[in-house]
Amino acid sequence: MFPPIANPSTKPVEPKFGDKDLIRRSASSITPAAQRQTEVAKLIDVSKCIGCKACQVACLEWNNLTEEVGINVGVYDNPHDLTPNTWTLMRYTEYANPESGNLEWLIRKDGCMHCEDPGCLKACPAPGAIVQYSNGIVDFIHDNCIGCGYCVRGCPFNIPRISKVDHKAYKCTLCVDRVAVGQGPACQKACPTQAIVFGTKDEMKKWAEKRITDLKSRGFKNAGLYDPPGVSGTHVMYVLQHNDKPEIYANLPNNPSISPIVELWKGATKYAGLAAMGAFAAIGFLHHVIAGPNRVSAEDERNAEKLAKGGQS
Amino acid sequence: MTNSWTDIRNTDLVWIMGGNAAEAHPCGFKWVTEAKAERGAKLMVVDPRFNRSAAMADHYAPIRAGSDIAFLSGVVNYLLTNDKIHHEYVRHFTNASYIIKEGYEFNEGIFSGYDESKRSYDRSTWDYEFGADGFAVRDMSLQHPRCVFQMMKEHFKRYTPELVERVSGTPRDKFLKVAEWVASTANGERAMTIMYALGWTQHSHGAQNIRTAAMIQLLCGNIGIPGGGVNALRGHSNVQGITDVGTLAAAIPGYLALPTEAEPTLEAHLSKRAFKPLQPNQTSYWQNYSKFFVSFLKTYFGAKATKENNFGYDWLPKLDVVYDALRMFDVMHQGKTTGLLCQGFNPLMSIAYSGKTTAALSKLKFLVSMDPIETDTVRFWENHGEYNNVDTAKIQTEVFMLPVTSFAEEEGSFTNSSRCIQWKWPAADPYFESRKDIEILSDLFIRIRKLYEKDGGKGVEPLMALDWSYKDPVAPTADELLRELNGRALVDLKDADGKVIRAAGQQLASFGEMRDDGSTDGSMWIYTGVYGPTGNLAQRRDNSDPSGLGVYGNWGFSWPANRRIQYNRASADPQGKPWSEKKKYMYWDGSRWSGPDVPDYVPTIPPERSVGPFIMNQEGVSRLWVRGLMADGPFPVHYESFESPLPANPVFPKVRGNPAARVFAGDMEIFGTAKEFPIVATTYRLVEHFHYWTKNVHANAVMQPEFFVEISEELAKEKGIKPGQLVRVWSNRGQVKGKAVVTKRMIPLKVDGQIVHQVGLPLNFGFIGETKKASPINSLTPPVGDANAQTPEFKSFLVNIEPVSGPVA
Repeated sequence: MFPPIANPSTKPVEPKFGDKDLIRRSASSITPAAQRQTEVAKLIDVSKCIGCKACQVACLEWNNLTEEVGINVGVYDNPHDLTPNTWTLMRYTEYANPESGNLEWLIRKDGCMHCEDPGCLKACPAPGAIVQYSNGIVDFIHDNCIGCGYCVRGCPFNIPRISKVDHKAYKCTLCVDRVAVGQGPACQKACPTQAIVFGTKDEMKKWAEKRITDLKSRGFKNAGLYDPPGVSGTHVMYVLQHNDKPEIYANLPNNPSISPIVELWKGATKYAGLAAMGAFAAIGFLHHVIAGPNRVSAEDERNAEKLAKGGQS
Repeated sequence: MTNSWTDIRNTDLVWIMGGNAAEAHPCGFKWVTEAKAERGAKLMVVDPRFNRSAAMADHYAPIRAGSDIAFLSGVVNYLLTNDKIHHEYVRHFTNASYIIKEGYEFNEGIFSGYDESKRSYDRSTWDYEFGADGFAVRDMSLQHPRCVFQMMKEHFKRYTPELVERVSGTPRDKFLKVAEWVASTANGERAMTIMYALGWTQHSHGAQNIRTAAMIQLLCGNIGIPGGGVNALRGHSNVQGITDVGTLAAAIPGYLALPTEAEPTLEAHLSKRAFKPLQPNQTSYWQNYSKFFVSFLKTYFGAKATKENNFGYDWLPKLDVVYDALRMFDVMHQGKTTGLLCQGFNPLMSIAYSGKTTAALSKLKFLVSMDPIETDTVRFWENHGEYNNVDTAKIQTEVFMLPVTSFAEEEGSFTNSSRCIQWKWPAADPYFESRKDIEILSDLFIRIRKLYEKDGGKGVEPLMALDWSYKDPVAPTADELLRELNGRALVDLKDADGKVIRAAGQQLASFGEMRDDGSTDGSMWIYTGVYGPTGNLAQRRDNSDPSGLGVYGNWGFSWPANRRIQYNRASADPQGKPWSEKKKYMYWDGSRWSGPDVPDYVPTIPPERSVGPFIMNQEGVSRLWVRGLMADGPFPVHYESFESPLPANPVFPKVRGNPAARVFAGDMEIFGTAKEFPIVATTYRLVEHFHYWTKNVHANAVMQPEFFVEISEELAKEKGIKPGQLVRVWSNRGQVKGKAVVTKRMIPLKVDGQIVHQVGLPLNFGFIGETKKASPINSLTPPVGDANAQTPEFKSFLVNIEPVSGPVA
């Protein structure tokens, strides 16, 4: 049995990592942290998930989020998509396995994958709005967010959502505030069947191996770990019964990668050292091709430019 | 549960049927995932729907709702005809060898002794043959044509895989896989656990569903061993506790019987419960009934209960009939009830046939609701459009709402499905004017008693005799109440040598110390020990597990006697040796019964005394044949549900529904026919909600916001229903409207030559709360109950369905 994470101490604990541990910062060049934290990962074992949504509720509760009461549209998924308040969502797929003839109800907990090579961060034009800690967690710093939405387009998993209230981007933080004081994320804590486990990435890979051996013994010959190399691996990984077909799990991308446009943009800023006007034009162009027209207000653009200049100077 | 939640980790095969543990018991289900992940256990699920448990299963078999007995009897027949039984266990630990007396008959679905006009049986022929010595006659070779084993073979032989497929709609290969997997545990090397819940109880033949499962486990030798058992998963965190404490309609605390009018004296009551052993040397523990009963009376009436007044027996109410929930509302419907006190009860939502419930509540003079939340029931008089379409002006019932604290705002104990009593402490302060249930009831009692003292009245004696010596009479504490359930010595208790074993005033350490001479009290013998001389053991939180078998003997207190697996003497063979090293649990170590648990046996009786392991039974063995203990037969029989899609019972064409199930006058005509209502419906709860409470909680409402109806793709096509479209579902009693969830998880079944469609109706919605408004699901359900327990038939009834025009979500 995977050892349960102990209840938190009631005494305040020193954060185990913070700003000093950043390894990436959007639209900024930083000196990488001198000492790397051990990489962490959340492992979601789809084969053990009963779809109870306790993780969804725990996420709302821990992060003090309020979601609207929606309607039923003919499926179990509620809400029907990720929102600025719903950072994790169970997605249910009925899969008639053509080989075994059995019906399978595949229930995948969707949310930020915390890519090792995060497309959102690369696409982000606002300095310091998206950061990555040396333990792998990718976090949005809302004070710095300009709500441009590039992170949405930069994300190969379609995760971030822009709030209509404060025009900022929201997604799972991997409970960075909990992890900082040695706790697992709220969803993991709430999961009744240990379908969600949390630890160092190495531990999680070992844990996954054991699960995959069990699944193979039950006839799932393509069971495997979803840790896609296209984004240099992720800090949220899945154990899938059918790792050869991730797309059957509510369109989990098969071999995801960062959009080449984002990579191009990233390269351009890095090596050409664009002037302010050039940057503005590039942002405009990039905005047009990635986000489409009219998604960002002119004021936001101006702010972006201002912030971008300030950040690069 | 015969076993415990934590014991499920010891199993090799989990069979979930008549329940949906992943949905309704997600936290307990962790032990299933644990057994799968750590032991390589297999999980099989049999259910009308491919549900959340099925999503975790290695094998799923569909079944027509209401046909469980045919399916289970098919497994019994498979085990018997293929000789896949645990021979030694069956021979020595069950009543397979007992001879049934002449005169017993079973013809075309009816047992001997049936009286059609009363819809009941004279059960006198359902008994053993007795010898001149007064003991039951046995044939240990199991060859006698009238021995239980041979009678079973005869009774179950009709339930072939072909018949199961015809009646239950389960494809033959899927049924056979279940049977083969079950058979793989009939050897003492491997164990199977059966997990069930209301999917088995809520039928007109519910008790027999569970009984058939118990027979399978006995044939396999899976009772009393780690990883085995027939495990009832209780639906509320403390529903085991309220059952224990006597909210059953015919019981007082601890499963003792509430006296009936046929038992006018204490002697008459006790003489029916002498429970003499039916074999030499047997324990027949219920012989101690009088000790538990008198101790109960001593708690109730204190010093006023004396030997001379039969310990106050006359003050106890005597039942004319059993007032179960269905009868309660039937009586109310007849206009015979003045007031109803609803304590944590939302009957408008939870009692069958809501139309009748509304009419019944409308006839009350007053209705009192004690609840932490505003229930639909207290708003029954309010018009909520089509969801509760009543004429308010015509309802004169006065409604009182008394806000009570929630479980998290008070201390007390919970008893879980594992029979484990666990203390809990308040986590928050109560809101506003809410008071504890105990305080409201005590206050009411004291005020009513004062009124009677002042004005006098009819039948006042019991009220005046009741002992109420709590420190603060208007606010007894949970601690005082648990002590009272446990019991204490009222005088110095001495053993045969005159040595004091328990001083006057001391709490009792076990029910073995109870006496029937008035020298002990204790209102619930099965809990005795939880609050013994060493204090409140429900507060124990030691999670050490030296045996590694998930026993956790120092965590809380499991009744009876802190025993974690019941009948655990049966984990060893008749010589006291474990059946196998793999299933080693309790065994004879040469001087006593050892092992990680408290033996379910006198610890020092050696195996050669041949005392049976089922010490509560007069036989000392378990019962494959139950004599006259069940209302509807000594063996299970497949009967159709009261509303069935078939023209006749395919097994016994002359008998349709359970012939011993009770139907109230005027209720027979409210059953619908398959012609008008061709579709089978079943109701259930969703993991996102807890009954009718959490529709008042915002986060839960977000997770499942609106009532829906689960239908197959085939039925949707046939009826022109699109996914997400509003549909109307109606029975002969009412209608509901909800969104269509069109799913591959519902599949049409071929039953007796015809296609049977089933629809699924989740029950958690209503017209009060944060979820979208919905009609009570029990608008649809029939008010017929199980022949033994009167549990309503919520799991199998007939409806029709049609799309409602309008936008599709």
